[in-house]
Amino acid sequence: MSSNRIARAIVTVIFIGLLLTPLAMKRYTVRRATDSSSSNAASAIARHGFYLQEVSHEAGINFVHQAPQLDPKLERIMPEVASMGASVSIVDYDRDGWPDIYVTNSAIGSKNALYHNLGNGKFEDVAPALGIADVNQQGTGVSTGAVWGDYDNDGYEDLFLIKWGRPELYHNDQGHGFTRVTEQAGLPKWINANTAIWFDYDGDGLLDLFVGGYYSEDIDLWHLTTTRIMPDSFEYARNGGRKYLFHNLGNGKFEEVSAKLGINSHRWALAASAADLRGTGHPDLFVANDYGVSELYFNDGAKFREMGEQTGVGFAPKSGMSAAFGDILNQGRYAVYVSNISEDGILIQGNNLWMPKEGTSGDAIKYENLARDFGVELGGWSFGAQFGDLNNDGTLDLYLANGYISLDHHRSYWYDFSKVAGGNSTIIGDAKNWPSFEGRSLSGYQNKRVWLNDGAGKFIDVAQSVGVTDTYDGRSVALADLWNRGVLDVVVANQKGPLLVYRNTVAPENEWIEFQLKGTHSNRSAIGAQVTLFWSGQKQVQEVSGGTGFAAQNDRRLHFGLGKNPNVDKALIRWPSGKTQTIDHPAVHKLHTIEEPA
Amino acid sequence: MSQMTAPVTSPPAPAPRKPLIGLDNRYIAPAFITCILLVGHLSFGILESYPKTLLAIFTSIALELILGRIFFHKWVHPVSAYISGISVGILVRSPAFWPYALCAAISIMSKYVLRVKGRHIWNPSNFGISVLLFLAPEAVASLSIQWGNYLLPMVVIWVLGSVIIARLHRFHITGIYVASFLAFAFLRSWMLGSPWQSEVSPITGPMYQLFIFFMITDPKTTVRTKRGQCIVVFLVAVVEMLLRLNQVVYAPFYALFMVGPSAMLVEMWMDSRRAQKEKVLAAQ
Repeated sequence: MSSNRIARAIVTVIFIGLLLTPLAMKRYTVRRATDSSSSNAASAIARHGFYLQEVSHEAGINFVHQAPQLDPKLERIMPEVASMGASVSIVDYDRDGWPDIYVTNSAIGSKNALYHNLGNGKFEDVAPALGIADVNQQGTGVSTGAVWGDYDNDGYEDLFLIKWGRPELYHNDQGHGFTRVTEQAGLPKWINANTAIWFDYDGDGLLDLFVGGYYSEDIDLWHLTTTRIMPDSFEYARNGGRKYLFHNLGNGKFEEVSAKLGINSHRWALAASAADLRGTGHPDLFVANDYGVSELYFNDGAKFREMGEQTGVGFAPKSGMSAAFGDILNQGRYAVYVSNISEDGILIQGNNLWMPKEGTSGDAIKYENLARDFGVELGGWSFGAQFGDLNNDGTLDLYLANGYISLDHHRSYWYDFSKVAGGNSTIIGDAKNWPSFEGRSLSGYQNKRVWLNDGAGKFIDVAQSVGVTDTYDGRSVALADLWNRGVLDVVVANQKGPLLVYRNTVAPENEWIEFQLKGTHSNRSAIGAQVTLFWSGQKQVQEVSGGTGFAAQNDRRLHFGLGKNPNVDKALIRWPSGKTQTIDHPAVHKLHTIEEPA
Repeated sequence: MSQMTAPVTSPPAPAPRKPLIGLDNRYIAPAFITCILLVGHLSFGILESYPKTLLAIFTSIALELILGRIFFHKWVHPVSAYISGISVGILVRSPAFWPYALCAAISIMSKYVLRVKGRHIWNPSNFGISVLLFLAPEAVASLSIQWGNYLLPMVVIWVLGSVIIARLHRFHITGIYVASFLAFAFLRSWMLGSPWQSEVSPITGPMYQLFIFFMITDPKTTVRTKRGQCIVVFLVAVVEMLLRLNQVVYAPFYALFMVGPSAMLVEMWMDSRRAQKEKVLAAQ
């Protein structure tokens, strides 16, 4: 045999091996990232430390979201353009110590619901009685989200209603009702938004409001004058809605200051969240944009600087749909999780887990995407995601809702979608150029992800094992200890689907501690207050949020899982006013209510 | 597959022309694709990352040099491998690194393994990308949404590409393909009742710009005669049309994957028959 023949044989064998490599990689990745075995509660608790049981009906919640029916000119792609609006936010609106649930509806004439927690495992819809149900009336647009914050520091959480339409601010009248104060507050007549957050950007003790537009505010989606309303690019679009920063003047009025303070963007915002990422004492603002790059606004208390590209989070354009912060390695630093789209063989954007690079901090902070390394990259058509310690083992886990449009099981719109999405802006920007949906699905019927954090840099999906088996089109996720048991329950709002309440059962040996903060000099909701807990040689930081994930707001109470036999050293609280407070050896297994010291 | 006994032979070259702006003709294509890459990335960030693209380029060139040395006992010029590597770097979309190296490796090795009568019959990057899209859809997609979807970059690339490809005497391939694609797009629109803009849309995207300027015109994997090239590229468009009717997202890659080698085999068979006839005639 000649040397050429031998070489050829060897190269051929290697070549065949390379061809088989993708299949081997697939097996390895699936085995590593997924634990798909179904199991019962007992074995899930034994194995993973928790089990989630869907209890909405038992709890008296029978809410089904209705999607908007927009202008008939959009009929051919109605499932796509009307694919958002389901949202959930947690609030204790009447300060009875039990977290309540507010959910939005999105058809004209449909009703939002405020599920009052009766404390006995049941909920009751009190929105009609309190005046915040019938908020999707003809001519005013429809709800797409809600965030709660005590803007007047009277001790009761007020409601800002995010809409495709007329945004609304409702003042909470001491838990007995709500008064609409939109005009008095000076809010605009129309915004097509999917995200808003409360935060005190200037530290004056008054909650300010950021609202991120999606469709341009010039468009009334029910009365279109043109079908050119779609993004002009699928990765670089800049024809979306404008951004608003409403500065709270303290007299019930707000002043719009976005441009003045450096926020100028017409990207298609879908999610925003704020946290002090640089240790400056001021909340920085992260905006996840559809059809483009994310934006990170550094806040120095009086001005914002867009630093997305410099920090690394704003270079590669994707389809940002959720933004959540979590100290996932218990290092006292936040990672930022941004959800995107992944569809086998068509569009593999991958979700982003932005981790601060070693050795960078402050203004020089840089982020790197470690979603693949941590195993939280592929989540289908991902929407809302939230960090929370679901099994109280001391590390933050990650719950991800996904699934875009579930219609016909067997027919997909992906081919037509990809055909148009890659084309020229003059084609994709006009809805009339899009092929008709004709009842097809687009990344529908997807399995959710419940990623369990091993604390050492790996997450494993245990959704199927721990009882999360639904395949609705998940949008918004909120976490709360609904029944004051020291565990995080999960509430999921599904587009054109039921509101799901997953009651959590956690291995009892895993301990926990919770903090409810009340600002005095700081805003009363304590949004922006940070608690760093030191226990058993570990530390974890969490921050009270005025809106996070996708169109969602978790409970304002901070929940820390502690694992077995914890020894808690201290809780260090940094209030938005800048004051710090140390609680030595706080008791575990307890909710601590702490007021900002004078 | 035949023994690999000789370096790859190119079809007969047309009469030499003055180099374009002083550049040797064989450097024009790589220079053009490099420009596309740099301008695209600096203006729109088209790449997943520099390291991934560099990995694809490095893998391609390294393998080409090694395999060329082994089989041909000489250092093969790396221009062809560079184009393959850069095509992989642009066209493959994956958050992971391994698909870039793997796709580049499969592309280059296919040139040395899948040979008939001393010629490789698949366009290397077309082979690598098609295989990866087919075997690893959960990890890989292809470039689809880039250049900002804006008109100006598209026009610039089309004009520059056309000038360069004409310079290389292969514009007829691109021209026939584009005309066929457009005709079939309108036919599909008529058959399916879909907006004609949606059927034309793909060719306005960046994936097609690379496809029509670099893949279907590859001298090494196209048949020799001008008429044959026109027929083959028309058949690529026909097969693509059929695949599109079956909603295959990467129809152009798969169409070329099927038609290109088939055409090469037919040409070889015809050459062989002709040679036999000539031999018989000579014997008589």
